[in-house]
Amino acid sequence: MAELTYRDAVAAGIAQEMARDESVVFLGEDIGAAGGVFKTTLGLLERFGPRRVRDTPISEQAIIGAAMGAAMTGLRPIAEIMFSDFFAVCWDMIANEIAKTRYMTAGQIALPLVIRTANGYGSRFGAQHSQSVENWAMAIPGLKVVAPSTPLDVKGLLAAAVRDPDPVIFFEHKGLYSTKGEVPDGEIVDRLGTAKVVRQGEDVTIVALAAMVPKSLQAAERLAAEDGISATVVDVRSLVPLDTKTIFEEVRKTGRLYTVEENPRLCGWGAEIASLVAEECFYDLDGPIVRITTPHVPLPAADLLEDNAVPTVDRIVETVRRNAG
Amino acid sequence: MRTAKSIEGAPPRVAPELLLRLYREMLRLRTLDERMMTLQRQGRVGFYGACTGQEASTIASAAALEPGDWIFPALREGGAMLLRGFPLVPYLCQIFGNAGDETKGRQMPSHMASKSVNQVSWSSCIGSQLPQAVGAAMAARIKGDKTVVAAYMGDGATSSADFHVAMNFAGVFKPPVVFVCQNNHWAISIPTQKQTASESIAVKAVAYGFEGIKVDGNDAEAVYGAVKAAVDRARAGQGPTLVECETYRIGAHSSSDDPTRYRDEREVEIWRKRDPIEAFRTRLVAAGLWTEAKDEELREKLAGEVNEAIAEAEKKPDPPRETLFEDVYSSPPWFLREEREEMLAVPKARRPGAAQ
Ligand SMILES: Cc1ncc(C[n+]2csc(CCOP(=O)(O)OP(=O)(O)O)c2C)c(N)n1
Ligand SMILES: [Mg+2]
Repeated sequence: MAELTYRDAVAAGIAQEMARDESVVFLGEDIGAAGGVFKTTLGLLERFGPRRVRDTPISEQAIIGAAMGAAMTGLRPIAEIMFSDFFAVCWDMIANEIAKTRYMTAGQIALPLVIRTANGYGSRFGAQHSQSVENWAMAIPGLKVVAPSTPLDVKGLLAAAVRDPDPVIFFEHKGLYSTKGEVPDGEIVDRLGTAKVVRQGEDVTIVALAAMVPKSLQAAERLAAEDGISATVVDVRSLVPLDTKTIFEEVRKTGRLYTVEENPRLCGWGAEIASLVAEECFYDLDGPIVRITTPHVPLPAADLLEDNAVPTVDRIVETVRRNAG
Repeated sequence: MRTAKSIEGAPPRVAPELLLRLYREMLRLRTLDERMMTLQRQGRVGFYGACTGQEASTIASAAALEPGDWIFPALREGGAMLLRGFPLVPYLCQIFGNAGDETKGRQMPSHMASKSVNQVSWSSCIGSQLPQAVGAAMAARIKGDKTVVAAYMGDGATSSADFHVAMNFAGVFKPPVVFVCQNNHWAISIPTQKQTASESIAVKAVAYGFEGIKVDGNDAEAVYGAVKAAVDRARAGQGPTLVECETYRIGAHSSSDDPTRYRDEREVEIWRKRDPIEAFRTRLVAAGLWTEAKDEELREKLAGEVNEAIAEAEKKPDPPRETLFEDVYSSPPWFLREEREEMLAVPKARRPGAAQ
C-alpha cells in the first residue's frame, strides 16, 4: 500500500496500462519532456519512449483526430486535452466523429480510446480554463464519461477506461491533483458505470462528483455535528453509464436527495439524476429533490469570486438544513 | 515560387523621440515583469505571465499602430496597453483580480483588456483571436473606415486550426490585418522546430497568398520598421501581411512552469546576450541619444512608479461576490437573480489566509 497523490495516480494508471499492452500509446501537449503542465505524466516519456509517448503541436483537432484514426486501426490511444475547456476546440472530432462511429458503421469500427482532461475550478484561471464540462460529454450518445474523486479511483478507472471497447472521456479534477490517498500496490482495475457510497447515513442522500465529493463529505460531518442530520454521500464516479441502481437504493433509504455539482445549473448532470429519481423513486421521497450547483455563470477568476461561485460547504449545509429540517 | 522575405541590417530610420519612447516603454515593461514575478513568488498574486526578452517585439510592433487601430493580442502583449495610455493601477488590479479591475476579476491574471485602448483580452484558447481579428479588419472595410487590426500570436499558435483559417480568410478577403508572430522559440515545453516543419513562420503566409516577413524581434527598430510598413500597406488597402519577429522567451512560460525540466540553460544564456533592452541602450548611447546617467535615472524613476502603483493596486478590496452574477446577459434573468439570493444567504467563502 502506498500513499499517492491524485496527480501521481494518473501517471501510475497510464504506466500500468502501457506496460501491460503494447498497443496503448499516449499523445498530447507538453506531456513528455515537461511531464504534463499539471505534472500528471511525469516519467512516462522516459519509461516508454517517444514512439509511444508523443508531445504534439498545439493542434487539438489533430490530437483527437489522430487518436481516432489510430484507434480505428488497432491501437488503444490515450489522448490528453490539457484543459477540458479546449474540448470546444476539438468538439467536432469528439461529438460528431468519435461518439458516432461505432453506430454509423454498424459496429464494424470500434474506437477503444481514452480522452483525458483536466476539468474544473480551483486554479483561479477563469472562464476559459476552469469549466466543468462533464455535462457536455454526457449529452452525446456514444461516449462513456468518468470523473474520479480519489487517487485510487483515478488509477482503477483509468485502467478500466483504457481496456473498455468504447471511447471514454476521463475527467480529472484540477482542484484534486494535490490530494492524497492510499492506493494498494499491484494491478488495479475498477469497473466503469459504478458509483460508490462513501458515507452511509440515514436522513438524507447527497450525490456528488469529483471535487464536490470531499466538500459533500465535509458538509455531512457538519450536518451530523451541528444538526444531528445523518447524511449518505454517494460518489457518482461514472456519468455514462450512470449507476442508477446504487443511487436509487440510497435515495430510497433516506427519502431525500441532494445533488451537488460544479457545472453551471442549466442541464447539469444533477437534472438528469433528479428526473430519473422523480420517475423511479417518487413514492419513496419525503420531500423535493434539490440541486446545489454553480450558478448559471461563466466561472470568474478572482479568488473570492471563484470560491463563492462553486458550491461551498456552507451552501451545502445550509441547503440541506433548510430543506431537511 | 515566392518565399518569405527576411529583413536584416539597415532598419528604416526612426525618429529619435520615438526611439527613446520605445526604449522607455520596454524598460518599464521589464521593470514591471520583474516586480510582478517577485510578487507572484511571494504569493501576492496567483499567476503571472512575463514577456521578458520579448519587449522589443511587443512594444515596437504596437507602436507602429495608430490609437484607433485594434489589437487582438496573444500571451505577451498586455504591455501594449500601457504604451497606448492605459493607466498602470487598473492594469495591475487585473492581475490582483480585485475591485480596481475594470473587468471585475473575471479573467485569469495577465489577461488584461480595455475598450478604452482598443485592445481585447487574449483568449485562453490559443489561436482564437486570429479569425476574430480578421473579422474586425473585414468590418473596417465594410464600414469604410481606415482602421487596421493587429493580430498577434506565438509560434505555438501557428499549429492551431484558427491560425490556418484566419490566414486563409485574410488571403481571400484581403482585409487590413497585420499578423504579428512572436516566435520566441518555445511553446511551453515544445521548441519551434517540433511545432512546425516549415523553414520559418513567415513562409507560411506565402501559401495563403500574401507576404510574410521575418525580422529580428530583439531589434526594436527593425520590428517597428517591418510592422509599420505592413500597417501602412494594410491602411492603403493593399491587404494583409504576416510579420514574424524572432525573439526568445527568457523566463518560464508562466509562473506555473519550470523550464529546467525541458530546456537547456545554455540556450537561454546565448539569448541573454542578445537582450533587446541591452542592445537598444548600447545603440542609443552610441548614437548620442542617451547616456548611462540618464539610464540610471530612468531605472530609478520606473522602479518608483511601479512600486507606487503596486502599493496602490494592492490596497483595493476583493470584488463584491454578488458581482459574479453581472454581465452574463445584458440584464440578469430571473434564474440568476434567484441564484444570487441563494448565494448571499450563506456566509462568504474565504480563501485560506485572506483577512476576514
Ligand atoms: C487551444 C489551446 N491549447 C492549449 C493551450 C495551452 N497553452 C497555453 S499557452 C501554450 C503555448 C503557447 O505557445 P506560443 O503560441 O508559442 O506562445 P508563447 O507562450 O510562447 O508566447 C499552450 C500550449 C491553450 N491555452 N489553448
Ligand atoms: Mg512561443
